[in-house]
Amino acid sequence: MAFDGVDFYQLDRLLSEEERAVRDTVRAWVDEHLMPVISDYYIEGKFPKQLISGMADLGLFGANLPEEFGCAGLNNVAYGLIMQELERGDSGIRSFASVQGGLVMYPIFVFGSEAQKKHWLPRLAAGKEIGCFGLTEPDYGSNPSGMITTAKETKDGWVLNGTKMWITNGSQATVAVIWAKTGAIDDPKSIRGFIVPTATKGYAAKDQKGKLSLRASDTSEIHLEEVHLPKDALLPKSGGIKSPLSCLTQARYGIAWGAMGAAMACYDEALRYAKQRIMFGKPIGGTQIQQVRLADMLTEITKAQCLCLQLGRLKDNGTMTPQQVSLAKRNNVNMACECAREARRLLGANGILAEYHSMRHMANLESVYTYEGTHDMHSLILGQEVTGIAAY
Amino acid sequence: MKIAVCIRRVPDTEMRFSIGPDRQSVDPTGLKFDLSDFDGYALEVALRLKESQGPGEVVVLSVGPESTLEIIRKALSIGADRGIHLAAAQVPFDGLAVAHALAAELKDGGFDLILFGRMATDTGNGTVGPMTAELLGLPCVSAVSALELAVGAGTGTAERELEGATESLRFPLPAVLTIDEGIARPRLPTLKGIMAAKKKPVESRPAALGSIRLTIATLELPPERAAGRIIGEGAGAVPELIRLLRDEAKVL
Repeated sequence: MAFDGVDFYQLDRLLSEEERAVRDTVRAWVDEHLMPVISDYYIEGKFPKQLISGMADLGLFGANLPEEFGCAGLNNVAYGLIMQELERGDSGIRSFASVQGGLVMYPIFVFGSEAQKKHWLPRLAAGKEIGCFGLTEPDYGSNPSGMITTAKETKDGWVLNGTKMWITNGSQATVAVIWAKTGAIDDPKSIRGFIVPTATKGYAAKDQKGKLSLRASDTSEIHLEEVHLPKDALLPKSGGIKSPLSCLTQARYGIAWGAMGAAMACYDEALRYAKQRIMFGKPIGGTQIQQVRLADMLTEITKAQCLCLQLGRLKDNGTMTPQQVSLAKRNNVNMACECAREARRLLGANGILAEYHSMRHMANLESVYTYEGTHDMHSLILGQEVTGIAAY
Repeated sequence: MKIAVCIRRVPDTEMRFSIGPDRQSVDPTGLKFDLSDFDGYALEVALRLKESQGPGEVVVLSVGPESTLEIIRKALSIGADRGIHLAAAQVPFDGLAVAHALAAELKDGGFDLILFGRMATDTGNGTVGPMTAELLGLPCVSAVSALELAVGAGTGTAERELEGATESLRFPLPAVLTIDEGIARPRLPTLKGIMAAKKKPVESRPAALGSIRLTIATLELPPERAAGRIIGEGAGAVPELIRLLRDEAKVL
């Protein structure tokens, strides 16, 4: 029987018919197109490129942006449900969609000129252009304000120099949103965003090898060496470190939902296995130790669902704060890591096989735990929020 | 081309269900409902015809209570142009009563083709399509597995899968067809389609049901299977097994 979600508290009733329809169509797409191939791509360490056009046809990229730019114009709860369903399949596939929508289309939508929006958004929505987001650098991860990539203004444009690292989609992207300092190297207020077609001379990307996590997603290092750009490559409304951080709030919002999808997949797999696997003459689901595992997973997933739904409603009525997103990202990814590990253990020896999904999710979620603001950084953001004192 | 697709809301057949306290209906508690599978194939056929034959319209019709609107909107999100909801407190089990309501609506609709799923996946009757055709005086091919139309000539050819053979039938348009699975893989609703469905027109009016002569007397689940018995191990158990198969199960 196909995956049917987890809904212990009848939260489905709090979703609109349209929100449920969006979730169900993405769920069906994942069952039909992603689940049959994901294990193989994960093992081979390849992103399943052939799925991009199907994702675009369904309208998954930038689905919460307006229809005039070729997007679906969904609300944020529906957008969250898309992320949940994609990550039920694989965190790498959800990452692809998160980057395309939340980190490439969103900054162009918010900081771009009308001409930039009209040119890029429909192409990105249709999957004709693939985007990546260049903020993190080898020595500046949790502290992006310290970046040393520079953009020098010239007579007729800009020249970019620097290195970006841990860039999802970096090597397959046709366009990159690159963040660079336009003023003094110690001035984070001078950080601006640039739209960089990756075919531009001086742009080079190479995949980071040896990943044991997010293997079905491309992660790359980007080198920018004397990259000459026209004046209109600048995102005119971007200014200061706040601009890229606001993009991260979008992506983290999606991650809070996505992690829940991964946790639900693991719980679902563990529950089915627990009912079927016979040991000592009865299903292992009839043993206390596995029941505790399942009860813990169900409880944490249900709590996370309540959190996400309210966060989504806040985002839709315009009152969501970045700190609320931090809490949800921190909680949900952490609980998803726990669920995946416990599900893997419940599955016994079978749990280490790629035929089952829990260990893949377990390994993926270690990246999700670390990217888009590490678990620890979100602790400090919340600490600062409640005490008024920054500890970083 | 103007195509009507008659659709029906049914419970998800993958779910476990129980019989309601009236012993005449399925208890809807906890069930999920969706478009009947075969109706999904019929809708896909209609959409492909519209796409290949140029300008046209795909209209979905459904008889039933308020909840029927959900599957009408689903059909609109998949690509139908408009919906007609024929309101009835319940969908009668008597296919002829439903066929009367549909025929009354379809009669003056000017449709070139009227499509149904081969049967509803809950009742499994498969009667409404042929009965509607009869009431409209139109030719009907049931369980169509392949279809070709010559719209200019006003004719079509439909194939039916028989046991070990394929039957090919010619018919004039307009016609009624009931569609079998596998004819065309149904598409998923896109996110834009889901948003667009809200803006597509749906008319709602009372269903002119025919008289209901056929009703469900009782529904019963099959008896639970008795637990298995282990009578022994290895070759030593064979004589006892043979005895039981002969004397008790009486299969030898």
